Amino acid sequence: MNKKLVIIGAGSGGLCAAISAYKHGTHDILLIEQDQETGGILNQCIHNGFGLHTFQEELTGPAFAQRLKDEIAQLPIDIWLDTCVTNITKEKMVICQNKNGIHHIQAQAIIITAGCYERSQGAIALTGHRPKGIYTAGQAQKYLNQDGYLVGKNVFILGSGDIGLIMARRMSLEGAKVYGVAEIMPYSNGLKRNIVQCLDDFDIPLYLSHTISNIFGKDKLEAIEISPVDENRQIIPNQAKRFNVDTLLLSVGLIPENSLIYQLGLPLDTKTKGPIVDEFLQLLPGIFAAGNGLHVHDLVDHVASEARQAGINASLYLENKLSNKPMIQIIPGENVSYCVPQFFHQDSSGFKLSLRVKLPMPKAKLQFFDDNKLLKEQVMMNLFPAEMVTYQISADVLASISTKLTIKAVMINE
Amino acid sequence: MNKQFICICCPKGCIIDVTYDHDKIENIQGNSCKRGASYVQDELFSPTRMLTSTVKINNAMHKMLSVQTDKPIPKDMIFPIMKQLRHICVEAPININDIIIANILDTGVNIIATRSMEKITK
Repeated sequence: MNKKLVIIGAGSGGLCAAISAYKHGTHDILLIEQDQETGGILNQCIHNGFGLHTFQEELTGPAFAQRLKDEIAQLPIDIWLDTCVTNITKEKMVICQNKNGIHHIQAQAIIITAGCYERSQGAIALTGHRPKGIYTAGQAQKYLNQDGYLVGKNVFILGSGDIGLIMARRMSLEGAKVYGVAEIMPYSNGLKRNIVQCLDDFDIPLYLSHTISNIFGKDKLEAIEISPVDENRQIIPNQAKRFNVDTLLLSVGLIPENSLIYQLGLPLDTKTKGPIVDEFLQLLPGIFAAGNGLHVHDLVDHVASEARQAGINASLYLENKLSNKPMIQIIPGENVSYCVPQFFHQDSSGFKLSLRVKLPMPKAKLQFFDDNKLLKEQVMMNLFPAEMVTYQISADVLASISTKLTIKAVMINE
Repeated sequence: MNKQFICICCPKGCIIDVTYDHDKIENIQGNSCKRGASYVQDELFSPTRMLTSTVKINNAMHKMLSVQTDKPIPKDMIFPIMKQLRHICVEAPININDIIIANILDTGVNIIATRSMEKITK
């Protein structure tokens, strides 16, 4: 079977990429989804706060997904549900499997919008046994919000990312007692609004600079201990606090679903753990990535706009309109943990840059260097590691770069 | 009385210290704009929240249907409303924004569906 464009993953990214590619003239599209419905993680994120940028109103996750589902239903785009992509090749062959068997689809372009997965207890080398009662926050969220199953009654949460905070409120509402949230960093990684409305509203304490130091229970979780950590994130001994809980939820980070990239034999960005792309979001000519499968986003609005851009770029590629000039590297400098894209073409007409800073900065200068020569600087307010920064970088800045583009964030003290 | 708030109006997150009498703010410090003052006023004397939750659904893809209040509710109504929702079971098909419970507990607020779910025959 042949298809002009195959899109892998029909969450918010895949739906937006498909709709956008269709509107920009690519009509022969196949959208592949491994779940039984489209919409991805939004379907289980029943809280509100989604879509302020995209729809100028505050929607719940399922309502945001519903808008995209309703929009794509108006377009003649093929969607295969319950279908898992097992392999893609550099020649753009997509191999997938569903109840009808194994399928080989020769695509002319591919967009990977495969989302991300949660770091688990293995990934953070959690101490102790592996008793029943330890879940990732998203796993507990799916069980509760789609199956109506509350995983436990006495809960502790490790990690103060937004999913952890949202689950602290959600489990409290459903009658569980949440004893606290521990965060290894001295600041929370969640939105302020979630600290107030998910923790303070339910009198749930937030233990900053704390982590789990012990787990009790062999078959079933019986208790956990938390301890303070020093500035090097090492546990300070003899100050442990014990909580008798049957459930521990982990909200300790997300990693792009990068197994297809790995199969292509391509290196990953060591910081984002996602693919390395150019300004068109291509990892190889005609193979694009967007959304949480490229780098982990905080807002679905950012996923949606990045994926729409990937849809436009794929259409341009199919019309042979993307640059193939030599490329220049983008390097994250001082206080910048990563930049996406990692490369751009010499003749680039400008693009949207995404980056994260390494530490909270109330006021900072974003600086753009050609090697050591400062080209441009921009003052920005309220930069936080947990909030991705996007910046539209213009053609005139790019045109004056001869070696490589280094981006730094310098704190302004007042 | 004294109380401290983190303002949630913008990402700056001002820490605001307030001294108040039972229905009046006497002194406010730490807010960098007017919005902070009005946020604290509401949080002190008439806090409201949007509530999102789920109700049971029969003959649908999932066992639970996501719902929300169509307006913010007084904060102290959160748990009474949660208790009501526990007894509700609806039948698919459901369309987004369908009213699941009208005027719940006489609050003037409706509980509405936040997604559509088709009827499926197993």
